[in-house]
Amino acid sequence: MIQGVQLDLISEERLARLTSMEKIRLILDEVMAGNIVVLERGLSPEESSRLIEMTMMEIHPDGFSGIEMETYPAREASGGFFARLLGGRQPTSRLTVIGPANQLKMLRKDRDLISAWVSSR
Amino acid sequence: MDILTRVRRRFSRFLRAFFKKGRTRIGIYGPPNAGKTTLANRIVRDWTGDALGPVSEIPHETRRARRREGVTISNTNGESITIDIVDTPGVTTKIDYHEFTEYGLEKEDAVTRAREATEGVAEAMHWLREDIDGVIYMLDATLDPFAQVNIMMVGIIESRDLPVLIVANKIDLPDAAPARIKSAFPQHPVISISGQEGTNVDALYEMMIERFG
Repeated sequence: MIQGVQLDLISEERLARLTSMEKIRLILDEVMAGNIVVLERGLSPEESSRLIEMTMMEIHPDGFSGIEMETYPAREASGGFFARLLGGRQPTSRLTVIGPANQLKMLRKDRDLISAWVSSR
Repeated sequence: MDILTRVRRRFSRFLRAFFKKGRTRIGIYGPPNAGKTTLANRIVRDWTGDALGPVSEIPHETRRARRREGVTISNTNGESITIDIVDTPGVTTKIDYHEFTEYGLEKEDAVTRAREATEGVAEAMHWLREDIDGVIYMLDATLDPFAQVNIMMVGIIESRDLPVLIVANKIDLPDAAPARIKSAFPQHPVISISGQEGTNVDALYEMMIERFG
């Protein structure tokens, strides 16, 4: 049987239709099944925070050991007058790769290049 | 963070500044083994004569957030701040108990440590969302600052509009390269210290008064 790793590339449009919790659940379900998820547009900081928290709840000895996640540093977008008034920064999230920590390893990363290595289970 | 929360936080900061009331809660965040507890102990020891928690070379020694209330830091100009220091567990996206067995822990102890560490990380994230007014983000200056967890955490802190000081720690080690940290986060003030040896911590206190006061 051919060994391989499933890779799911999720478009920005599809992500936009999901709520934050649906996004996080989708990512965790895929990754816990051993798949690699590539998001065309990454998570918001709030979603990242929740993803870390929920990942911790799913970790089990000799089972799921967490996620490896790589993205580029966010670019800050202009938020307009009201956003500036309220102190809101709106960084644009960028292409993001997420996989099981025991299968996805980062080889090299800088501001404009992510090089990763994926192993099958 | 929704607009109401942001307005409430700004208003609360304004009131605190205006009436000089209330204490600012400063969280010490960063990846595991960056030296968070060493710095927390140094701050608390320097200004209260006490200590906050044990340190260890094994990652995730701190698995519960620890808070020390009412630490007053002052400078020679007579300026001061009174803060609560919150030492938090190291933030990560993965925890494997096998890592701890490599440090000589028995499997049972390693599994327990891993379980407590996962709870600790979740708790640290919760503190950041709800109960922190400013952040000292600790980085080991011998490691790559572009690690994903740092990018994510700094993004989360920025999105919450919290004042942040980035600390390039362990500059006493030969491989330390604090300039890499400055280039990774040019939008934030970065200070190089050795929490272990106390190098440059006076400058850190000065920056804390300026940044969090």
